[in-house]
Amino acid sequence: MPIKIVKNDADVSANNNRWVYSSSVKSHFFHPQNLVEDIKKFDESKYDGIGVVGSPACGDMMKLWVKIDKKNDRIRDLKWQTFGCASAIASTSMLSVMVTEKGGMKIENALKLKPQDILARLGGLPPRKIHCSVLGDKALRKAINDYFRKSEQYKRIVTEGFVVIDPDTKITDKDIEEAVLEGADTIEKLQRKLKVGINDKKVKAKAEALMKKFMEKYYA
Amino acid sequence: MSVNSDINKLLKAYKKRHIYLDHAATTPVDPAVKKAADPYFTEEFGNPSAFYEIGLKAGEALQDARARVSKILGCSANEVVFTGSGTESDNLAILGVARAKGRGHIITSAIEHHAVLDTVKHLEKEGFTVTILPVDKYGLIDPAQLSKEIKTETILVSLMYANNEVGTIEPIKELADVCHKKGVLFHTDACQAGGTLPINVKKLGVDLLTLNGSKIYGPKGVGCLYVKSGIKLEPIIYGGGQERGLRSGTENVPGIIGFAKALELAQKNAPEENKRLIKLRDKLIKGLTKIPKCFLNGHPVKRLPNNVNVTILDVEGESIILFLNELGIYASTGSACTSKSLDPSHVITALGLPYEAAHGSIRFTLGHSTTDKDVDFVIEVTNKVVEILRRISPLNLNSDEIQSGRGSIHYK
Repeated sequence: MPIKIVKNDADVSANNNRWVYSSSVKSHFFHPQNLVEDIKKFDESKYDGIGVVGSPACGDMMKLWVKIDKKNDRIRDLKWQTFGCASAIASTSMLSVMVTEKGGMKIENALKLKPQDILARLGGLPPRKIHCSVLGDKALRKAINDYFRKSEQYKRIVTEGFVVIDPDTKITDKDIEEAVLEGADTIEKLQRKLKVGINDKKVKAKAEALMKKFMEKYYA
Repeated sequence: MSVNSDINKLLKAYKKRHIYLDHAATTPVDPAVKKAADPYFTEEFGNPSAFYEIGLKAGEALQDARARVSKILGCSANEVVFTGSGTESDNLAILGVARAKGRGHIITSAIEHHAVLDTVKHLEKEGFTVTILPVDKYGLIDPAQLSKEIKTETILVSLMYANNEVGTIEPIKELADVCHKKGVLFHTDACQAGGTLPINVKKLGVDLLTLNGSKIYGPKGVGCLYVKSGIKLEPIIYGGGQERGLRSGTENVPGIIGFAKALELAQKNAPEENKRLIKLRDKLIKGLTKIPKCFLNGHPVKRLPNNVNVTILDVEGESIILFLNELGIYASTGSACTSKSLDPSHVITALGLPYEAAHGSIRFTLGHSTTDKDVDFVIEVTNKVVEILRRISPLNLNSDEIQSGRGSIHYK
């Protein structure tokens, strides 16, 4: 009675070639680079800054540790751990390679790193998975800021340029950007997520325009 | 051993298998079903509405299939409407009743398939009022609570027979009885139940019942709706007036014949096959829940014979699925990362579990091809995959807290 589906080797190997992501994503997912190999033996104190972003409820969370080459103001080492899907794991791994390769990235360049830079190196992601790759640069900036703070270089701490869009709910352009990356593509969905411009048509229009700008930026 | 070397070891340790464990998504077509449908593609290709010989032959085959389906459902042949899918049958039942009545109140549950939930939500925009019933921690709907929610304006209650994600079997007879005491029509989506559970509509006491082919080793693109005689439905597709005017469009004759055959086979084999599946299911549940911080979703006993749904904390479902895929095991997850909407499973969260539990949920749905060896293999490699992914993950969630419904960090 059981139906046996007989697959020959050729079929199986043909199936092997079908994967939902790019080969670069696959390679980093199955061969994660610069990972904290054993957290119990990991000596956090040897690192100069720590950055944590995301949350388990959102389905993505990342923690990374940076070691700074203080003389040359470069990133000497980066180690990480990520909870998330293949895109999230692969993009953290790729980020770790990008900032540590060729003698380490200059801090000023590391602070400018954008999700798109990581995406490009990964050979792209399906549109609805792009939001999974946006945590890395934020975690990196947090870790670098942590280093600045710990080394008392207060002037160098970067406070990202937030612009308050809705004075009632204090929704910023950053919040709208994140909502777009999380899938908001209509003003209704945006308002469901953020409660922006509920009582003010002008604010609503401003939020919608920003939403479209970010949609253009990430999904065009 | 480093994570990388452990991954390499795992991926190289086994020859790639082909263990399909997503039968709730779709099933392969049974060869006997294909054989029954085959002649109606090229040889007996006539339009059943035509008056000449090849048309009449196709028409007779169609009526024969209808009679066979009605025999299984325990209804008369003119109460069976063939459609293009389970989704279409759900839409026809819900939109059909609502639009025939014109106004009123509809009740459904929080764990329905989107084919029901989104249709009901659409009717809200058309001016109907809607109540969405909660479920308990096992996914069960309470008949007493349903009774309380029925108002004088209530026109339809639509509650699923068995849940597609967590496998919980609802007390359909009791729920239908509640509706009939108050004179309200009752529809059930039985797509997940059609292959394994009794579907006699008289015994279930339902007024409308949805089935489809692709979950019961039948063809895709064919469904059916039982419509109790006397119920008025407004069609959702207009045209040539096929299927008593309820579903215009030339009938999918090979699909319908395949569907009838598949339903017959499934119902005939169910008593024996269910015993086999339940044994495998319970073995898999027992094996997987031995993984630390892994728990079963859904009801331990009132459960589809082929459904296993577990949450594994600190790791994300898609990552597990992709590792298993690499080893030739095909399963699914309720994680947001694999849903088109990017929302985590509405079913897992309706059980009162936080988002964290949905992101780490894995569903294995067994079928005819599943063997005891397959189950052993899945338990063995899932353990290893989880061990690896937990070393990559920075999380260490509290399982008791999650199971009692408290997430450590709330979704923003």
